[in-house]
Amino acid sequence: MIEVQQITKHFGKFKALDNLNLTLNQGESIALIGPNGCGKTTLIKSILGMVLPEKGNIIFDGKNIQKDISYRNHIGYMPQIGRYPENMTIGQVIDMVKGIRNCTQPLDYTLYHEFEIEKLLNKTMRTLSGGTTQKVSATLAFMFPVKLLILDEPTAGLDPIASEILKQKIIDARNNGVLVLITSHLLSELENIISQIIFMQEGKVILHKDTELLKESTGQHSIAQSIIHLLKSGSL
Amino acid sequence: MMRILKYVIIDILKNRIVLVYTIMLALFSWSAFSLEDNAAKGLLTVLNIILLTVPLVSVLFSTIYVYNSNEFIELLLSHPVKRSMIWKALFSGLSLSMVIAFLIGTGIPLLLFADTSTALLMMAGGSLLTVIFIAIAFLCSMITRDKAKGIGLSIMLWIYFALLFDGLVLFLFFQFAEYPIESVVVGLSALSPIDLCRILILMKLDVSAMMGFTGAVFQKLFGTNWGLMASFSLLAMWSVAPFYLSLRKFKKKDL
Amino acid sequence: MIFKRAIIVFIFLKISLLMLTTYSANATVWTVSPTTQTKSIKQALETAHAGDTIHILKGTYKEGNIIIDKPITLFGEDFPILDGELKNEVISIKSNDVTIKGLQLQNSGRMVMSDPGAVKVYDSKNIIIEQNILLNNYFGIYLQYSNHCIIKNNIIKATQKAENQSGNGIHCWKSDSIQIIGNKIVGHRDGIYFEFVKNSVIWRNRSINNLRYGLHFMFSNDNTYISNYFRSNGAGVAVMYSKKVTMIHNTIEENWGDAAYGILFKELSDCYLSGNIFKRNTTGILFDGCSRTLLEHNTFQANGWAIRLQASSIDNRLEKNNFIGNTFDATTNGTLTLNHFSENYWDKYEGYDLDKDKIGDVPYHPLSLYAVIIEKNPPAMLLYRSFMISLLDKSEKLIPSLTPENFIDKSPKMIPNKI
Repeated sequence: MIEVQQITKHFGKFKALDNLNLTLNQGESIALIGPNGCGKTTLIKSILGMVLPEKGNIIFDGKNIQKDISYRNHIGYMPQIGRYPENMTIGQVIDMVKGIRNCTQPLDYTLYHEFEIEKLLNKTMRTLSGGTTQKVSATLAFMFPVKLLILDEPTAGLDPIASEILKQKIIDARNNGVLVLITSHLLSELENIISQIIFMQEGKVILHKDTELLKESTGQHSIAQSIIHLLKSGSL
Repeated sequence: MMRILKYVIIDILKNRIVLVYTIMLALFSWSAFSLEDNAAKGLLTVLNIILLTVPLVSVLFSTIYVYNSNEFIELLLSHPVKRSMIWKALFSGLSLSMVIAFLIGTGIPLLLFADTSTALLMMAGGSLLTVIFIAIAFLCSMITRDKAKGIGLSIMLWIYFALLFDGLVLFLFFQFAEYPIESVVVGLSALSPIDLCRILILMKLDVSAMMGFTGAVFQKLFGTNWGLMASFSLLAMWSVAPFYLSLRKFKKKDL
Repeated sequence: MIFKRAIIVFIFLKISLLMLTTYSANATVWTVSPTTQTKSIKQALETAHAGDTIHILKGTYKEGNIIIDKPITLFGEDFPILDGELKNEVISIKSNDVTIKGLQLQNSGRMVMSDPGAVKVYDSKNIIIEQNILLNNYFGIYLQYSNHCIIKNNIIKATQKAENQSGNGIHCWKSDSIQIIGNKIVGHRDGIYFEFVKNSVIWRNRSINNLRYGLHFMFSNDNTYISNYFRSNGAGVAVMYSKKVTMIHNTIEENWGDAAYGILFKELSDCYLSGNIFKRNTTGILFDGCSRTLLEHNTFQANGWAIRLQASSIDNRLEKNNFIGNTFDATTNGTLTLNHFSENYWDKYEGYDLDKDKIGDVPYHPLSLYAVIIEKNPPAMLLYRSFMISLLDKSEKLIPSLTPENFIDKSPKMIPNKI
């Protein structure tokens, strides 16, 4: 569904993405991992069109994303640290996003209700705690019927209950055939969610493998252990 | 576009600064007309407000506002919204609210105390200067990512247009006193929107008679309807050009 | 002193007027009218004797040039029209003791060589021209080599567009002891024009919208101008090469334009101006080669320049005047000025008065740095109202360096002088 073709991006002298190729298919649920500064966020932002690569193309459903912005209708994005206009209330933010999306299909209010957002509608974004901001971000990401969910450190800052609610929601989405792309530092949290893993380093994809195959090849029981094994053995 | 514009305007109105700006303008303008012993003197005070205060507040407030809108822009960009549309909405929202603030604050007393044609000319001039300096602010915010540097740059530009440029013109007048440089100076004045605006309004206030031959040249250039239209289109250019440049930069910017 | 002399002249003229009226005691009255036996003014003039009165009834008389060569009174009822048909001088007076009253004189000839007027007085004295309406004439009333004449309460209007097609409203040449009172002059070349005229009084006239000057005189000494009103004349008022001129309570306003002055004073000396009002003129007064003139209690308001003192002007004194809302209070083209300012009120004065004597404690410099700049470089007017100019002026006020040091009012008033 998404093809990333040979994209390169520099920030000054720093090479954030280095001739990167990647193909992601529908129904998968992929963990994007790697050390700090490996280019994960740059990759995500490139897919979202926030960062414009110098070279290469990104194809979404057969269309180049530079030509047409309508592909973003099919993406739900939950940023690592949600940054919202400080003076707007939660209600206004949600209304505005709904207005911009102008979606004709029925909306998904599950998270809206489960996170009890309706009680907070009049709060301005400035006054919110990090966790509540994350709840708003999650609610917005899952509200619309999409083909791709990009979740940047989704559970960071959430309390355990909210975290569980969110995880369940991710699994539901995957089961409904949505392509889910998650970055996270806590691999253990993703254990039951993901079907593929991508390991990035210095702007390149080092590893892109099915989780089952990965566990098999390393002989470990969990993904986290497999990765640690690979890192220790020096093959990453 | 309209939807985004709506939220931009709601956000600006919540910002209070625009409200304070309106009240401040109104206070100064009303007191200029009611405290001065003659209307002409009040008019000149208001002219100073239009030529100095309005550009300064417009450029400063807009620069800060654009830097503070980063979150808003990021939020919108993850949704199917064109970059140019976001930028245009921000620009129109800011321009609209600042122009309305100016018209309420200064326009109403002008209409009440000055003769209608002068008042309309000054209102048009002030509105254009507002938009021009908002456009300059947009350009500043695109030139540097650093907020402090951006604000510094916008203040520098304001000082340049409000003060240094006139110094330069005066210097030229003295250096080339022996030459007929009237037409050159007319060309030069087009390089500063504040000067252009000031001269336009001055011609209306009939200072041209005090300039001798030069006055006649200027009256001929600016006093006719064609001159008026030409200068207004120049001012319009001044608002479009910086904004267009900033738009081009914004389309290529990484967020 | 000068004012006193003017009043003496005035009284003297009044007495001579009384003598004139007693002169024709047993006179005959002749009546001219389109319906009576005597249909022509010329015919009546022929039969009349010195001292008689010709009574002209309402009607239009086109009789070419009417020459009056004996002491006669022409008296019109309901403004009978005497028409020059754009060919003739309407009335020529070539005798002493003539009175013209209540006529409408119109369409005098246009020949530039002979300067035809509606009424022209040749080498005569004791002439009274009173309460007439003069329309569309080349010259209105023209006096030459005449004295002891009174021109009073006439309305003089012309509608020519160009200066060279138009003569002056009231034109006096080589005359003495003239009284010009209460006339209204509109649309001529110069409203009132004097050349070699002495000992005359000009009082309560209104001179408006004339093509060139509202008042224009040269080589005319010892004249007094009181309570006249000059507005929107092409170039204001110009007075040149004269001495001992007195101007009191005149109003000069709305002379706005490239070459317009409230008053242009050229080569004048020993004059006295008091209580005059100069309002909305490009230049209130331009002094060019003037000396020993005293200006007091005058008001300069909303002018471009209130006064311009050319360097050639010396020993003039400006005292107790009010300067209000002028773009520039004063300017000069020289570096040294030998004129004196004292006790004027300047609305731009920003000093203080600690001892409460209503006189500012620090001197006022009427000459701003910007005015000096403009004088050297007129196009710099383009920077008027620029922020930078205000800064320059302020700094010059604090540390004067470029403006002449002696251009100064050491006793500026804190509140306007009573006029």
